Amino acid sequence: MKSVLRRIAPQLLTLAAVIVLVSIYFPNFWQIVYVNDRLVGIPIDVIKRGAPVALLAIGMTLVIATRGIDLSVGAVMAICGASAAWSIDQGFGLWAALGIAIFAGLVCGLWNGLLVAVFNIQPIVATLILMVAGRGIAQLITGGTILTFDNDAFSYLGSGTLLGVPVPAVIWVLTGIGVGLLVRRTALGLLVESIGVNLRASTLTGINSRVLLIAVYMGSGFCAALAGIIATADIRGADANNAGLWLELDAILAVVIGGNSLLGGRFSILASVLGAMIIQTINTGILLAGFPSEFNLVIKAVLVIIILVLQSPRVLPQLAYLWPGRRNTTTPAKTAAPNSGTETKT
Amino acid sequence: MLKRTLMGSVAVFAFGAAAAHAQTIGFSQIGSESGWRAAETTVTMQEAEARGIDLRFSDAQQRQENQIAALRSFIAQGVDAILLAPVVATGWDSVLEEAAEAEIPVVLLDRMVDSDPDLYLTAVGSDLVHEGRVAGEWLVGAVDGAECRVVELQGTTGSSPAIDRKNGFEQGIAGADNIEIVRSQTGDFTRTRGKEVMESFLQAENGGADICALYAHNDDMAVGAIQAIKEAGLNPGTDILVVSIDAVPDIFLALAAGEANATVELTPNMAGPAFDALEAYFADGTVPEKFIQTESRLYTQDDDPAGEYEARKDLGY
Repeated sequence: MKSVLRRIAPQLLTLAAVIVLVSIYFPNFWQIVYVNDRLVGIPIDVIKRGAPVALLAIGMTLVIATRGIDLSVGAVMAICGASAAWSIDQGFGLWAALGIAIFAGLVCGLWNGLLVAVFNIQPIVATLILMVAGRGIAQLITGGTILTFDNDAFSYLGSGTLLGVPVPAVIWVLTGIGVGLLVRRTALGLLVESIGVNLRASTLTGINSRVLLIAVYMGSGFCAALAGIIATADIRGADANNAGLWLELDAILAVVIGGNSLLGGRFSILASVLGAMIIQTINTGILLAGFPSEFNLVIKAVLVIIILVLQSPRVLPQLAYLWPGRRNTTTPAKTAAPNSGTETKT
Repeated sequence: MLKRTLMGSVAVFAFGAAAAHAQTIGFSQIGSESGWRAAETTVTMQEAEARGIDLRFSDAQQRQENQIAALRSFIAQGVDAILLAPVVATGWDSVLEEAAEAEIPVVLLDRMVDSDPDLYLTAVGSDLVHEGRVAGEWLVGAVDGAECRVVELQGTTGSSPAIDRKNGFEQGIAGADNIEIVRSQTGDFTRTRGKEVMESFLQAENGGADICALYAHNDDMAVGAIQAIKEAGLNPGTDILVVSIDAVPDIFLALAAGEANATVELTPNMAGPAFDALEAYFADGTVPEKFIQTESRLYTQDDDPAGEYEARKDLGY
């Protein structure tokens, strides 16, 4: 437990700092009220609006831990959302729509996984294919229009509440816990890390790296399917052009802010979803602050640069050094870092 | 003129005109990147059919070289006139000169080109500033002197519709001191962002109690924002007035349900005025104005929104 806390300490501190920053512009940050059977407040907005990026970050963390990357998740979101809307439109009902959307996500993941694991195509190129083609596929499904539908059971997944908590938030938290338990209560997480550190050595020790790699990409596709379902249910329509647009980049950013190395190896899903919440707090804060929209991206970029510099292997140990209690624990990390190039704490 | 087809003679007969008519018209469309574009294609074909015009359609799939090739092929076929919806503004000089040498009039639809105006007959398009002004003037009339704090959902930052529709709206409400734009953010012309940004507006403006009206630069953002307003426990259309631009089918559903108040049409019927201008030009050589502005019609809940929805839903939006 203590080691987990130490691992996510930088992310927690960053999140706290961002919240303080937003509170300066908007002092009522923590004000949460209960109206119309739902909790309403800025923190609630953050965990709800952060759902797609948090879900994508969960899948992306595992992919990145294998030294891969999945650029296609935004397009997969669009495909799955379009499939779900199409099934609802055809009158197949809620469960069929969910099944078809998740199946579509798994197939997309399988495609990526086959290209990476079987054909040994570099992940960035392999997933780029679906990133480019995916929106076209989604447009074929929707017929080039915004496919709208009227189904309260399905829209509940995007805009409903469970005990006052928005359903998208419930979905990503449960998915995070589920995947977290799956990889940490079994050896799966360790095997994923070993593939990321050294694929060849892992294979030689008897790990079926090919199957595991495909499974990891399918997991990413599954998470993208959930995100696509939420995005579609939220606006009661599938917008093939815009659903999940550029979210793959936010997901990668969330993983990086979560302190995970793009070179693979050690990973923390908890830290990644905290990264997603940091990004969403910045996004929501910018909207609340009321700056002209020309500033949105600049402010976000400046904050992200500051966060990444503070977390960089050069600066973080220096900051920790100023903190007397942690002086001893960080010294080994400092010496080990140059050897592996990965996070060595935890 | 050119050899007449049977279809052409029927058209001449139907219009009862003795003079030469445009029977064969080439139409080089950009592509089908948006619902509006698809609707423009559908409406152009309908207009041509209603007038008995033989329309040669070419879809350029967003590429200028395809459009130039299509124009050259129209010239080679000896069409009577060409409609061009140019994908970019520059690089049209030589092919327009070829058309001029062949004495084929060219009419631009929706977008302009940077060539010498003598190279084309006329251009048909909408005035984005005017659209915003119509929306603003509607709001001035609707609130009738009462205090009104407006939130604005802008289009994609830096895009010309976003800039022009913002300016137009500000011109429309200029002079009405009771109306004030209190928050303005980009919603990227999409439903998702429209809903997300509206949620934050509601959050920041006392749960929405301090907002009197929403102005969205397109209908899609308004549709998303309407959902956000409903989820915040307010009634869009009464608690918060909703005015937007484009007049896509889905906003008419909202108008019919009383959840939106007004929309300004960006008509997909650019071809109608173009065909009218060509008809007059062929009949007695009337040279039209260099820019024909389409009507920016305002639709409210009183304009049979359910009927308008039925009329539009199959246009390809």
